[in-house]
Amino acid sequence: MAMTGPTARHFTVLSCGVSVRSMLRYLLHRVISLGLGLVAASVLIFAVVTLVPGDPASFMLGTGAQPETVAALRQQMGLDQPWPLRYLTWVGALLQGDFGQSLTYKTPVAGMIRDRMQVSLPLALMALVLAAAVAFPVGLFAASRRGRAGDVAVMGGTQLGIALPNFWFAMLLVLIFAVKLRWLPAGGFAGWGDPVAALKSLILPAIALALPQAAILARVLRSALIEQQGQDYIRTARAKGLSAGQTLRRHALRNAMIPVLTIMGMQFSFLLAGAIIIENVFYLPGLGRLIFQAISQRDLIVVQSAVLVLVAAVIAVTFLVDLAYAAIDPRLRQR
Amino acid sequence: MKPGLILGATLAALALLAAALSLVWTPHDITQLAIVQKLQPPSVAHPFGTDHFGRDILSMVMLGAQVSIAVALVAVGIGMGLGVPLGLLAAAHRGGWLDEVVMRGNDLIFAFPSLVIAILITAVFGPSAVNAIIAIGIFNIPVFARVTRGGALPIWTLDYIRAAEVSGKGRARISLQHILPNIANLLIVQGTIQFSLGILAEAGLSYVGLGAQPPTPSWGRMLAEAQTMVTLAPHVAIIPGLCIVLTVLGLNLLGDGLRDALDPRLRVTR
Repeated sequence: MAMTGPTARHFTVLSCGVSVRSMLRYLLHRVISLGLGLVAASVLIFAVVTLVPGDPASFMLGTGAQPETVAALRQQMGLDQPWPLRYLTWVGALLQGDFGQSLTYKTPVAGMIRDRMQVSLPLALMALVLAAAVAFPVGLFAASRRGRAGDVAVMGGTQLGIALPNFWFAMLLVLIFAVKLRWLPAGGFAGWGDPVAALKSLILPAIALALPQAAILARVLRSALIEQQGQDYIRTARAKGLSAGQTLRRHALRNAMIPVLTIMGMQFSFLLAGAIIIENVFYLPGLGRLIFQAISQRDLIVVQSAVLVLVAAVIAVTFLVDLAYAAIDPRLRQR
Repeated sequence: MKPGLILGATLAALALLAAALSLVWTPHDITQLAIVQKLQPPSVAHPFGTDHFGRDILSMVMLGAQVSIAVALVAVGIGMGLGVPLGLLAAAHRGGWLDEVVMRGNDLIFAFPSLVIAILITAVFGPSAVNAIIAIGIFNIPVFARVTRGGALPIWTLDYIRAAEVSGKGRARISLQHILPNIANLLIVQGTIQFSLGILAEAGLSYVGLGAQPPTPSWGRMLAEAQTMVTLAPHVAIIPGLCIVLTVLGLNLLGDGLRDALDPRLRVTR
């Protein structure tokens, strides 16, 4: 980040009063849209759950429930209150870290979400690292052989990667690496008590999540690199005697990072949310599986809080990415 | 003609043909269960084999194509039907408060993880193909609004549009008569891409049981049912997956090919 370690170039930008003001304006703009995003998310989720056919209490308890039980739950959930008050009570409690009580497990939802995050977050991070580790060499290779057989073959492969539904790819991975070769577990997660076993059970899900994203990232990197290669500064670098490969790695790559970072930020949130299906394929006790279990148990209290946490995480990551590239590219602050 | 475009068009046409044919004819009747013939590998009578109820998988995937294509197509229709007018409106009032409202609304929907919201919607309102269409369609709206606005803005600065404005044509009429035909290419390309994304999304939703309900076959649910049998009869899991991959691949190649073919500038720079 430029703010923590300003180089001479950044210093000249920041020392100019206009730039500081535009940076602050940019920050303010981002913070406002972050706030609006969070409010909109909570309103939308609250609305969907409130609009459930019948009412939430009878939906949760099912058709066979005693009227007294339904009435008791209705009162516990505050359904006798008008909805604006209910929304404010819900949000107010959330802000104090109170996510409510699960109907099925009778435990605080906040604790359940925290436990599940210990699976979902490392999974998304692993997938992101894997995606980048595959995409960078592939993208660089394709860009350096632009238009030649290697490029065409690699780009054809990425088209295939994009078209793969990740849950199907996951099933194939299980078939090959868990059932046939017996290298890795087919599913389940025993907790972080044994870190090696824990990592092993996250490898296949992470690969399944990462591959389609790696394909997208490689394509973005390739076209960003190709765009940079047409620039004057690349010609200058070549004229000074650098080879095509050197200019690509030393100069073009840095400038191609802006679109690549944007996509990676979007992908991290996608991976976090996309894990919702992959966690079900591998029976991983993550946030996505929690949401599904809660849906099948009709535990709307868990559903609405867990979905909100997921959406809020996605919005927060988008916000951080926006800040990160304002730090990388001063031009973006000027807008 | 690029080979990618031809391959894409062929694959997409195959999927559409299979779906259309299944409206009137399938090789076997899938409502007839034949447990004695369950999980048979591919043969002459059943080119793709049979599933755990002895149903013909070829017939199942043909009917599944119908559901996938219908859901994705209607979702694109919703996105275009609402997104394009919004984008035209924003471009016609560029810089004004209407533009600001439409674009900020777009940003908000964009920030949402679409899959999670789609799952929430289908879970609460009951799993069905219609709810899947709505859930996928909502997230197509901002995509089309943005593409429409982006395509329309440069056209509004052209001289003949100025002339139309000066001669007293209203913004709505200019948008419909002059702007829309000029961005039709963009919309077709984006429509193809959203169509392929819709097929993936439908497969995901029906895989977790939130898409079309039994007995209607769908590719995603066929995969979910195959999961426990994958070691006994891998073809049950491989064939519906291949159908998804080939259809999505075909549509993506078609979209890319059309974009290159319709925009000469891109042909040079790529």
